[in-house]
Amino acid sequence: MNAPPKAIAGTSTFLDDRLGAGSFLKRNLRKIFPDHWSFLLGEIALYSFIILLLTGTFLTFWFKPSMGHTTYLGSYAPLYGVEMSEAYASSLHISFDVRGGLLIRQMHHWAALLFVAGMMVHMLRVFFTGAYRKPRELNWLIGVLLLSLALVEGLTGYSLPDDLLSGAGLRITQGVAISVPVVGTYLSFFLFGGEYPGHDVVSRFYSLHILLIPGILLALISAHMILMWVQKHTQMPGKGRTESNVVGAPFYPAFMAKAGAFFLFTFGVIALLGTFAQINPIWLYGPYTPADISAGSQPDFYMGFLEGSLRIMPAWEFNLFGYTFPMSVLIPALVPLGIVMTGLALYPFLEQWVTGDRREHHICDRPRNNPHRTAIGMAGMTFYGVLWLLGANDEISATFHVSLYSTTIFGRFAIFIGPAIAYVVAYRICIGLQRKDAEVLSHGVESGVIKRMPDGQYIEVHTPAAEDIAAHIRGGKKEIPIIDGGVDGEEVPPKGLRSGLGRLRAKMSKAYGTDHVPFHEEEEEHAAVGAGEHKQLH
Amino acid sequence: MTDNTIEQPENRVPPRVIGTPQAAGPSVGEEPIHAPEGEPGVIPQDPASARRAERVVALLFTIAFLAGVGFIASYVAFQVGDIDRTATSNLALGGTLTLALLSLAIGITVWVRQIMPKYNLVQERHAMASDSETREHVKETFLRGAEESGFVKHGLLRRTLLLAAAPLGLAPLVLLKDLGPLPGTVLRHTVWGEPTKDGKPRRLVVEGTGQPIRAADFNSPGGILSVVPEGYEHDLNALAKATLILLKFRPEEFKSGTNLNWTHDGIVAYSKICTHVGCPAALYEQTTHHILCPCHQSTFDAADGANVIFGPAARPLPQLPIGIDDEGYLIAKSDFHVPVGPSFWERGDAEAEARETKS
Amino acid sequence: MIGTGISVNSTTARRRHPLARVAVVALALGLLGGGYALAAPNGSTADAAIASGKADDADQGKSLFVAHCASCHGMNAEGSSKAPTLIGVGAAAVDFQVSSGRMPMTDSGPQALRKPRPEWATEEAISQLAAYVQSLGGGPTIPGAEQVDPAKGDPARGGELFRANCIQCHNFTGSGGALTYGKHAPTLNPATPTEIYEAMITGPQAMPVFNDTTITPEQKRDMIAYITHVRQQVDPGGSGLMRIGPVTEGLVAWIAGIGLLALAAIWITAKRRRVKA
Repeated sequence: MNAPPKAIAGTSTFLDDRLGAGSFLKRNLRKIFPDHWSFLLGEIALYSFIILLLTGTFLTFWFKPSMGHTTYLGSYAPLYGVEMSEAYASSLHISFDVRGGLLIRQMHHWAALLFVAGMMVHMLRVFFTGAYRKPRELNWLIGVLLLSLALVEGLTGYSLPDDLLSGAGLRITQGVAISVPVVGTYLSFFLFGGEYPGHDVVSRFYSLHILLIPGILLALISAHMILMWVQKHTQMPGKGRTESNVVGAPFYPAFMAKAGAFFLFTFGVIALLGTFAQINPIWLYGPYTPADISAGSQPDFYMGFLEGSLRIMPAWEFNLFGYTFPMSVLIPALVPLGIVMTGLALYPFLEQWVTGDRREHHICDRPRNNPHRTAIGMAGMTFYGVLWLLGANDEISATFHVSLYSTTIFGRFAIFIGPAIAYVVAYRICIGLQRKDAEVLSHGVESGVIKRMPDGQYIEVHTPAAEDIAAHIRGGKKEIPIIDGGVDGEEVPPKGLRSGLGRLRAKMSKAYGTDHVPFHEEEEEHAAVGAGEHKQLH
Repeated sequence: MTDNTIEQPENRVPPRVIGTPQAAGPSVGEEPIHAPEGEPGVIPQDPASARRAERVVALLFTIAFLAGVGFIASYVAFQVGDIDRTATSNLALGGTLTLALLSLAIGITVWVRQIMPKYNLVQERHAMASDSETREHVKETFLRGAEESGFVKHGLLRRTLLLAAAPLGLAPLVLLKDLGPLPGTVLRHTVWGEPTKDGKPRRLVVEGTGQPIRAADFNSPGGILSVVPEGYEHDLNALAKATLILLKFRPEEFKSGTNLNWTHDGIVAYSKICTHVGCPAALYEQTTHHILCPCHQSTFDAADGANVIFGPAARPLPQLPIGIDDEGYLIAKSDFHVPVGPSFWERGDAEAEARETKS
Repeated sequence: MIGTGISVNSTTARRRHPLARVAVVALALGLLGGGYALAAPNGSTADAAIASGKADDADQGKSLFVAHCASCHGMNAEGSSKAPTLIGVGAAAVDFQVSSGRMPMTDSGPQALRKPRPEWATEEAISQLAAYVQSLGGGPTIPGAEQVDPAKGDPARGGELFRANCIQCHNFTGSGGALTYGKHAPTLNPATPTEIYEAMITGPQAMPVFNDTTITPEQKRDMIAYITHVRQQVDPGGSGLMRIGPVTEGLVAWIAGIGLLALAAIWITAKRRRVKA
């Protein structure tokens, strides 16, 4: 215990002599990481990415990124003798003729789904707790970039096996690319090396999928981690937790072990899925030909919202000066994606503009305490969710025997009404929860003990909230600043707020920042009385 | 959100009533847990329970070891080569791997939770911004460097450097030019317009068998065939534009949208490539004459010139003029009169142009 | 290599036997009329068979028809506002619709669904009914056992035709899919080889017709071989997740994947409360 083993001591001396690692480790070995389950969600994405790199490398040893014609002579009987591309034949080879090939292929695909899903839940956690606020805006932007790149990475990977399903995805990609005004046809011809499908797209997507995009992802993920490390993690409100400290467990040994365990959990769950849940059974789809398609052709879940938006768009196309504007492709392909991604990227800055809040924040908001943000987030999720759901409307229609067109028409309305309803409902729930908090602080919690008063009245004894709960509630509420806009007409508004936009900003600021349920803790006497009586009971 | 409670103490905390926050901390009457001696915020575990936990962890690590050995054994024992053996191999390899990883994960978690001390350490944060003195210093250093380098003073140097950078910046873009040929007019034509090698019109053949189709054989109303051009059965570029669906109608079922001159004996041929984003639109309902595209559910009325009746597609599926040759086989009389497939910028109102040229 | 490993699962095996009997009856009818050609059966020979002698079946069939079908299809199968005429639909259509339980139709949904057969609809009753409808105006006949025997087909070749003609509605493994106005293409899993063949030649309900002159009987047998081969093949990667593609995969990723990992995260970070002694 007192002296480290020789091997370790020798190695560390060697490294410190050459790198000066000692001072870095001195500062960082006991770095404190706050503990909360939701802080591990981002790690799902991180570890999935590592698993993707490992399994993906394995797959490259056999995969042939070629669209050259070949005749399948492998061991899957129902395709024996069928003409197909080498990419598809080699994917079949990996699945059936390489030991562990099917397992690794399936784990790669499940890891890809969990990579994107992990990013999404992590992003939602960061959004709803306001963890993107100063000084973490840059890390938020890196996150948005990572998510966008992950979608591209997923799309390129989905297209590689060159089976009938992946080809359908590629066909839609091409149909969208070619619809772009002015440069669309060039875009399509350059991407596919000429006419669709051509002979190049698989090998081109391959180099994007295994080299370029993972390289950028790796660099951005490293930057994401370094920034997190340097800025220190946010923490949940609670006893002894302030904006200027961080409370938790040290990196070495506790957090390291926890992170290691969670990596193994992620790996284990991906292996579990790869073993017991079949994913992308390419042998059932058959080789790609642009002449065929299967019912229920779907993209992977993260592209589902684009599929849904393409499906609910009504027909609209016009010609102007001899040029075509295919709006029923352009709008659904670009607008929802633009709204979601641009909205995400700009939100920290818009919020700052509205509230005028330039402070650093290290304590997470409780979602209820910023009801407008939470409501906007829920509206966004509903917008995305409706599109996502409608991306599977054919499966819904076939499984539940609902009319296909009814689902589409439902989607056309729900895409506008749904977010509005979600906004109002989420806002009301937030205010309700705030009231609940105020009540807990001022009256305490119900003890479950009924007491009969001398006058015959029955009351339930309240006890003051536990200290750490109270600290959590109190610490989680921080006033949202309101810019001084003089909206009430008393004063002349400052110069920047006299224009229409300025007045709007002042109005929004007031709405965003007004606290409808301030805490009145002076009422705590009542709880104290209850507590006193409680004590008497035993 | 407060910390999560896994094991609730059986103590004098009043029973929870729905709606009350979970009692996550010491409640009334409970004495706070005193940190034993040592570093404040580091609360060691009870040695007895740590020893119990150690046995659990050791068991889990042993399971992980055995499962890991099992994985290697499965690799050797289970060969692949047909679908049933692949299934067995996948189950054996995946099952052992899952068991090994999850046992290890659970073991480490138990280790952290029950053997390592509990931590409640506090570390100070520091504002990210550097102090003003440092900022000032950096600013000065930067300006001095710029001055020393002469970049500010020597305007000619600056301007020619920028000049030199401009074309080099463009060079990578120029290099991308050969990614593909220019579109030209290829999107406006399909192989149906080209006669065969011996100069005859191109026959329609059945997709998958390559058989030419005798009009007299395709005689069941409500029939459908997926059709490709003779000689291009496996040319994917050609198929991406030229694939057809061939439908057989009773003559009285046709509506005005269909060009009857382009049909033969109730047989009509439409492009199979959806005008929305190009999926093969091929779900055909013989009762309603609907052609449905499975990708985005554009629906076309096959009896009425494949006009759009629902969904995002904006244009009908183009109709191919068909007839028969002297042997009675179906042939294309000409190419499509409008470009097939998804819309593109240069397409323009090809339908109107086609109508004009006809009249 | 191709033909081997194609065994018939228990469901199909059970169905195959009685259906083979129907086929034998049809074969007998054909032989009586003279010149029943196995490879290319067509309506006229079968009609001749019925016309030439075995009229008893048709008579029996007529009374069954009046009892169970005429209320919608009309006393002489001429059709009504409720249901189409059955003149010329052939024995194959009757066998398909009644043996799969679709007819008689009980509920008025967008389309007739597969359901258990009513009690009266025995193999014999169906063959009599089929003979009656066949006698009205010909039409496609019930295929022989040989003609639908998956073991005699080439699944790889059938797969190509299956992908070209069937999967756009029935999905890549025949799991079914959506059509317009609440209709759907049914799953092919419960269909017997004979029913699959009959569906192709008769085009029941919204399904188009694939007649024998453009897709030959051998090619149809290849498709049947592919369908039956793939549906009884194991899913080597674990559960097939209904074999409908990425939708169920996405659900599993979120519910099982993210769900399990969230639970793991909660467990890892949960504070252990010390039980006060």
